[in-house]
Amino acid sequence: MTISTEALNKLRSIVGQENVLTQPEDVIPYAFDGTAAIKQPAGCVVFPQATRQVAEIIKLANASQIPVVTRGSGTGLSGGSVPVAEGIVLCLVKMDRVLDLDQKNLTLLVEAGVVTQNVADLAATAGLLYPPDPGSMKISTIGGNVAENSGGLRGLKYGVTRDYVMGLEVVLANGKVVWLGSKCVKDVAGYSMKDVFIGSEGTLGVITKVLLKLVPQPAAKRTLLATFARMDAAAETVSAIIAARIIPCTLEFLDRITIQCVEDFAHIGLPLDAEALLLMETDGHPAVVEDEARRMEQIAREHGAASVTLAQSAQEAARLATARRSAFSALARVAPTTILEDATVPRSELARMIRFIQEVGERHGLRIGTFGHMGDGNLHPTFLTDECNHEEMERVERAMKEIFDFAIQLGGTITGEHGIGLAKKAFLPGAIGEGSLDLMRQLKRAWDPDNLLNPGKIFDR
Amino acid sequence: MSATPGHLARLDYAVLQQCMHCGMCLPTCPTYDATKLERHGPRGRISLMRALADGELQLTKAFGEEMYYCLGCLACMSACPAGVNYAEMFEAARADIEAAGLLDNPKRNFVRWFTVKFIFTRPRLLRLLGRCLYLYQALGLQTLFRKLRLTVLLPQSLRELEPLTPTVRRHFSDALIREVETPAQRRYRVGLLTGCVQDLIYSEINRDTADVLLAHDCEVYTPRLQHCCGSLHAHNGELELARRMARENIIAIEKSAGSLEALDAIITNAGGCGSHLKHYDHLLHDDPAFAGRAAAWSRKLKDVHEWLAEIGLRPPPMAVAPQRVTYHESCHLCHGQKISHAPREVLRAIGGLELVELPESNWCCGSAGIYNITQPEMAGKLLARKLRHLEGTQAPIVASANPGCSVQLEAGLRQARRPVRVVHPVSLLAEAFRRAHPKSARPPAASTRQPSPSA
Ligand SMILES: Cc1cc2nc3c(=O)[nH]c(=O)nc-3n(C[C@H](O)[C@H](O)[C@H](O)COP(=O)(O)OP(=O)(O)OC[C@H]3O[C@@H](n4cnc5c(N)ncnc54)[C@H](O)[C@@H]3O)c2cc1C
Ligand code: SF4
Ligand code: SF4
Repeated sequence: MTISTEALNKLRSIVGQENVLTQPEDVIPYAFDGTAAIKQPAGCVVFPQATRQVAEIIKLANASQIPVVTRGSGTGLSGGSVPVAEGIVLCLVKMDRVLDLDQKNLTLLVEAGVVTQNVADLAATAGLLYPPDPGSMKISTIGGNVAENSGGLRGLKYGVTRDYVMGLEVVLANGKVVWLGSKCVKDVAGYSMKDVFIGSEGTLGVITKVLLKLVPQPAAKRTLLATFARMDAAAETVSAIIAARIIPCTLEFLDRITIQCVEDFAHIGLPLDAEALLLMETDGHPAVVEDEARRMEQIAREHGAASVTLAQSAQEAARLATARRSAFSALARVAPTTILEDATVPRSELARMIRFIQEVGERHGLRIGTFGHMGDGNLHPTFLTDECNHEEMERVERAMKEIFDFAIQLGGTITGEHGIGLAKKAFLPGAIGEGSLDLMRQLKRAWDPDNLLNPGKIFDR
Repeated sequence: MSATPGHLARLDYAVLQQCMHCGMCLPTCPTYDATKLERHGPRGRISLMRALADGELQLTKAFGEEMYYCLGCLACMSACPAGVNYAEMFEAARADIEAAGLLDNPKRNFVRWFTVKFIFTRPRLLRLLGRCLYLYQALGLQTLFRKLRLTVLLPQSLRELEPLTPTVRRHFSDALIREVETPAQRRYRVGLLTGCVQDLIYSEINRDTADVLLAHDCEVYTPRLQHCCGSLHAHNGELELARRMARENIIAIEKSAGSLEALDAIITNAGGCGSHLKHYDHLLHDDPAFAGRAAAWSRKLKDVHEWLAEIGLRPPPMAVAPQRVTYHESCHLCHGQKISHAPREVLRAIGGLELVELPESNWCCGSAGIYNITQPEMAGKLLARKLRHLEGTQAPIVASANPGCSVQLEAGLRQARRPVRVVHPVSLLAEAFRRAHPKSARPPAASTRQPSPSA
C-alpha cells in the first residue's frame, strides 16, 4: 500500500511543501543508514521543524496507519533508521536549535537534531565538557545518540550518553507530547521514564528535545602510546593499570591487522610485527595527571611493552593519537565492504575474546581487523569483505555468529554501543533471554499498540 | 528522457561500492550544509549514481541537475574514511548526462559549445579573445560601460556576471617568460605549465613562478603555446576533449624539453589545474600511444609549493614590510591534491609576514570552475561566507593559489568595497626575493626580450 495522496497533502500542510520528499531522486538517498548491505526505499521523507509538527505527523500516521521511522543523520550501524516499505521517514536534522545553556546548573537544552559536535563545541566555549564522543560525532545527531545510547572513546572514565541525559521531551505513539526528567541531579519522583527511551532506537517515541549534563573541562591531559609483541602483555598492562587505581580517560587498542593497515595508510612508523598497540590518556588535575602518566609508562614497561612513548607536547600527543584515530579509515579502504561490529565482554576477558576473533578469522579465511575500547571491554571486530561475494558473505555470517556466541559465553553482550536495529535482531533472544525480551515486547505493545514506530526493529512483535 | 548510463556503467563497480554510507563526508559538503538534504550531499549523490549503475534509477533531468548542483570541490574526498573516489564517479556521471543531452536547451548548448568545446580548446583563439578583452578594459570602455550603468542593458544572467570579469593582462606568459631560462647554478630541470585563464589574467604569477624556480636553481622550460589542462572539459562531461587537451600538453612539454625524461618535474601553480593534470595517467590509460607517457607525466607533475617543499624551500634573505596575511585554500589544491601545509610554509618563510589562519580556510569560495556562472545563487552564498571570515582576520592580504578562487575573491571584495589584496603565495615569495636581489632575480623587462605577444 503506497502512501495516499491525501496523506501526503496533509503532511505538506503540516510541514510545508518543500519539507515532504517523494521523488525517486529525493528519497533514494534515504534508503540506508551506515550499515552495510541493508537497503529499503522510503515512501516519503518528512522534515519537521518543531515538536508540534512532529505530534501532528504522528497523529496523522495513526489515523492513516502509516509506519514512521525516525531518523537523525543516518550514521547508525545496525540499520535502525533504515526505512520501512511505504512508510514515512521522519528526519529531524532541521530541528537543530540550541535552546538553553545553563551555566549555573551546568546543563544544555537542545533540539534532537543538533549535531553532537556542536554540543561539544558549545560546551567547550563555556569551559565545559560534554564527554560522550562517538566516532561519528561530527555528523551524528544528539537524538540519534540518545536513541542508541551511544558510547565513545571516553567510556571507561566518563560513561556513555545515558550518563549525561537529565531530561527528554518525547512525542509518544499516540501523538501526545511528554516531558521526562528535570535539571535536578537527584530526582526519584516515580519511575525514571526517560531511561526507558534512552537506547529505544526509535521504537517507543520520537525524542524532540534533550536536556544534557555538562562537566568541567579537565585542566590537563597526557598521552602515551605503547606497543607489545604479545597480546597478553597488553591485556595484563590494562589490568595492572586498573589495579593500580588509575582510571585513564582513554585506553584504546589495535590488533596486528589494524596496526598493519594503519601503517600502510598513515606511515607513522609502527612496528609491523607488534601484536597489540595501546593508546592511553589520563586527564584531570595537572599534578595527578603527571603522576598517573609516569606510573602508566612504568607499568607498561614492567609488563613487557616493546616500546612506550610519552608525548611531550600537544602536537606529539596528536601525532600519537593518529594511530588510533585513523584505525577505522585505514581498515575501511582495504576492501569494498566494511562491517564494523561491537561485541563487548567484561574487561577481564578481553585477551581471550581478541584471540578468539583472530582464530575465527583464520578458520573462515576472513580478514578481521580488531580495534576498540580496551578500558570498557568494547571491541570492534571489523570485517573487510565484499558484499557482492555471496559465498564470502555467508562465511562472514557464520563467523559473526560464533563471535557473538563466544562473547555471551564470556558474560559479554552482542552490542556495546551500536544497538540491535535490523542487523542483530536474530541474535537478541540468545543474548538477553526470554524473560527480558518478553518484558520489552509488553512495553512496546502497551505504548505502541498499532506498531507504527520503527516497526520490525530490535525485535518482531 | 532515459538512456543507458555508459560511463557510470563502465566504471569499475568497486569504485561505486566503496562508499559505506557512513555519512562522515556530510559536514564538509557545502551543498549539504546549506540544505540538509541527502540528495545534495556526497552520500546521496553516490547513492543516486549507484542506483543508476544498478538500473534502479533512470537518467533523469533531476539527476542531471543534481550532478551540476555539486560544486566538485572534493571536500568529501578529504573527509571520507573509506577513500571513495568521488571525483571519478562525478566525472563519469556528468559525461553520461551530456551524452544523453539531459539538460539541453538552446542557451546552455550555446554557452557550452562556445566555452567548453570551442574557445577553451583553441589556445590561439583564446589569446585573441583575451587581447580584445584587454583592449576593451584598457581603453576604459569597461569603466565607461559601468559608469553609464549600461550594464542594465545586459540580460539578467550576464549582468550578474559582468562584475566577475577579471582584468586581462597586457602581456601573456609567452611575452614574460622565455622558452628556456637557466639559473646561475643548475640543480634541476623543470617544465612550467602556464594555464589558460591564468595565462590571460594572471600571467605575472607565471613569471613569479619562473623566478622562484630560478632562485631554487631550476632550469625552466615553458612551451610557448599551451593548451587548457582539460579540467574544464572533464568536469563538464567532455572526457574525449579532456583527453585531447592532455595529449596536446604532453606533446608540448616533450617538444620543449626534448623528452619528459629530461625533466625532474613538471610544475603547475594553479590548484584546479594541478588536481586534474596529475590524473593524465588515468585519463589516458586506454590510449596505447600515450599511456606510458601519461604515466611518466603524472609521476613528474608537481604543484609548485609541493616541489619547493621537496627540494628544500629557501627563505628569502630579506624581510618584507611587516604585514598580516591569511590563506584561502583552493579546493583542488587541499582536497584534490592534499596540499595544505606547503603553501603555508611558503608564506611563513617570508620574513615580515604574519600568517593568520582563516576560519574554514578549506571551505569552497563558490568559484568551482564555472559554477559561479551556472549556479549563481549557491555560489553567492559561499562567497558571502568566505568574505565574512576574511573580514574577521583583518588581514590586508589574502593568499590563494588558484585563478578561479582569485577571480571570485577579487570580485567579492570589489563589490564589498574592501581593499584587500588577493595574491598567489609564490608571487609574495618572488617579491621578497626581488627585494633581496633587485637586479639578479628580476627578469629583463618583457618587451626587450620578446616580440610583442602573439595575439
Ligand atoms: C564512522 C562511524 C563511527 C561511529 N562511532 C560510534 C561510536 O564511537 N560509538 C557509538 O556508540 N556509535 C558509533 N557509531 C554509530 C552511530 O553513529 C550512532 O549510533 C549515532 O548515535 C547515530 O546517530 P544518528 O543521528 O546518525 O542516528 P540514526 O542513524 O539516524 O538513527 C539511529 C537510531 O536512532 C533512532 N533515532 C534517531 N533520532 C531519533 C529521535 N530523535 N527520536 C527517537 N529515535 C531516534 C533511529 O530510528 C534509529 O533507530 C558510528 C557510526 C559511524 C558511521
Ligand atoms: S564535491 Fe563538494 S559539493 Fe560535491 S558532493 Fe563533494 S563536498 Fe559536496
Ligand atoms: S563517501 Fe566516504 S565518507 Fe561519504 S558516506 Fe561514503 S564512505 Fe562515508
